[in-house]
Amino acid sequence: MDSRRVARWAISGPPLLYLVLFFAIPTLIMVLASFRLPGDFGGLAPIVEHGDDGSRTVNLTLENYQRFFSDPLYAELFLKSFWYAVITTAVCLLIAYPLAMLIARSPKRHRDLLVLLVILPFWSNFLIRVYAWMIILGPQSVFTGALNAGLGLFGFEPVRLLFTPFAVVVGLVYVHLPFMVLPLYANLEKHDPVLLDAAQDLGANSWQRFWRVTFPVSLPGVFAGAALVFIPAFGIFAIPDILGGTGGIMIGNVIKQQFLDTRDWPFGSVLSMVLTIVAVGLAGFAAWYARRAKALA
Amino acid sequence: MALLEIRDVTRRFGDFTAVDNVSLSIEAGEFFCLLGPSGCGKTTLLRMVAGFDAPNGGSIWLDGKDMTGVPPEKRNVHTVFQSYALFPHMTVADNVSFPLRMAGLEPASIKTRVDEALDDVALTGFSSRYPNELSGGQRQRVAVARALINRPKLLLLDEPLAALDAKLKENVQLELITLQKEVGIAFVYVTHDQQEALALAHRIAVMNHGRVEQLDEPSRIYGFPKNRFVADFIGTCNILEAEVARIDAGRMQLRIPGLGEVQTTHTEGARAGEKGVLALRPEQVVISPRLESRPDENHFAGKVFDFLYLGDVTVYVVELPNGSRVEAMLPNSAPGRAKFFEPGDAVEISWRFDAGRFLTE
Repeated sequence: MDSRRVARWAISGPPLLYLVLFFAIPTLIMVLASFRLPGDFGGLAPIVEHGDDGSRTVNLTLENYQRFFSDPLYAELFLKSFWYAVITTAVCLLIAYPLAMLIARSPKRHRDLLVLLVILPFWSNFLIRVYAWMIILGPQSVFTGALNAGLGLFGFEPVRLLFTPFAVVVGLVYVHLPFMVLPLYANLEKHDPVLLDAAQDLGANSWQRFWRVTFPVSLPGVFAGAALVFIPAFGIFAIPDILGGTGGIMIGNVIKQQFLDTRDWPFGSVLSMVLTIVAVGLAGFAAWYARRAKALA
Repeated sequence: MALLEIRDVTRRFGDFTAVDNVSLSIEAGEFFCLLGPSGCGKTTLLRMVAGFDAPNGGSIWLDGKDMTGVPPEKRNVHTVFQSYALFPHMTVADNVSFPLRMAGLEPASIKTRVDEALDDVALTGFSSRYPNELSGGQRQRVAVARALINRPKLLLLDEPLAALDAKLKENVQLELITLQKEVGIAFVYVTHDQQEALALAHRIAVMNHGRVEQLDEPSRIYGFPKNRFVADFIGTCNILEAEVARIDAGRMQLRIPGLGEVQTTHTEGARAGEKGVLALRPEQVVISPRLESRPDENHFAGKVFDFLYLGDVTVYVVELPNGSRVEAMLPNSAPGRAKFFEPGDAVEISWRFDAGRFLTE
């Protein structure tokens, strides 16, 4: 083996090994688990069982998948989670785009500080931050009180915020916002300002300059940010657990339930598999669409 | 009234005056060059004409209308940027049709005009390519086609050839001259490259420190530079310190310290006793092996100090008795003869009385 190949493997080997050990193998274990039977006390039943009479049974089945497809509850939960994730992604994009643009167009010496402020929430614990929202949205909070007082002025009934789909989306947006801001900023920061000068010079007003130049050139950043928000938001369980109440559960909560409460690992694996396939499928579609959009633009 | 009138325009950035009370007028159909070193204010002036920047004082008039407060998108002026600024996410056709689409033209008429515009710049068949699939020269042509497609009154070009290699540059210069004649639109061309300006322009404004030093036709800028800066910036020039000894009948007698007297044509306004410099182009200086006294020439003995072989010509640096050095250019017209003199050779240099020019500043 020549030295260049050695160097290539030395560089790409460790991350490859990491991916195989912690992504590929666990995924395969899960694929296998989705065809197995649950053990008597949780976990998995052995694949090959030896009976007292010397008989052998092979415990592999399609039953788990049948269960998924026969009960519409699960598909509905998937759809609901999908819409939560879509709304979260859309709201994140609406908030993050102006923010990323503001950072990208502020003086160079301020940019690093502003980016730091965006990622500052990561410095405190995720659960603590979500619990903080529980307090903010709770019925006793100043925020809820002020909102309901305001609504009362116009003759509206007071509203409940906590343990509603609204609270879940607020939490999802709050937690995922930096994942949208950062790729957008990375993209917008590289834009050549002379492109906007050229567009203006050639007769484009500020609205046209944004929609014809800035936005299309930033699409790779939009897709990257959307994938980084959509995929984790789709499968998340902690936020609906804390903020969603009984009505706000998402597919991630059911998966967690299967593994930790019901202890039905095979069915949990089926749900996880479907989640992975849907998420990868959507990401693949987005990537294909982005390429096609560029080719047709 | 001229097509473009720049009246007493001044632009200051803090303490720095980028453009200092400049007045220019550019006629319809003219190929006009703003020439000067970097930082001379030529690009600032161009940006003010395009509308990206506003003067602190003075006004800019286009086609009889005051452009003060008119934004770039509302000015009938287009710019070819130094980096071309092609939209990377659009094909050549979409780039070129951009101004038409912004103006709200119908798709059917857009298609015909794009085809025509691409034909004008010899890019037929490239319409579905992306900018990153084009060479530098092709990008430059797309930028020009895009800027010309909706027939602006005026086209501004900001060093559009700076990114091209030398060989290509010459071709593109010829293309630009032809194109400008064909479309008949006035071009205002900004460059720091004096050769480019001389080759392209009908008129050149030489700028320095925010001011116009000289405004004239290329041959007059080169042949009759107004001051030391212009003489030095345009082409190469030998500069010899000199003092006016006498003036008679359109001729001047100059005294060059340590060398003696030379004769030259009278520079308007120069008076006896005035100090200044004698500016002398290398191609005006004749170098020969021995003294040949001719009545209409200045001549001095000197010694070859060094030479520079440039292929078509050889430039000899000749040291004069007073220690100053003069460059003399000798064409290598006879094949195979690269050099006639070696460093250290005793030679004579001479120049006609009507060569050279006395400049006071």
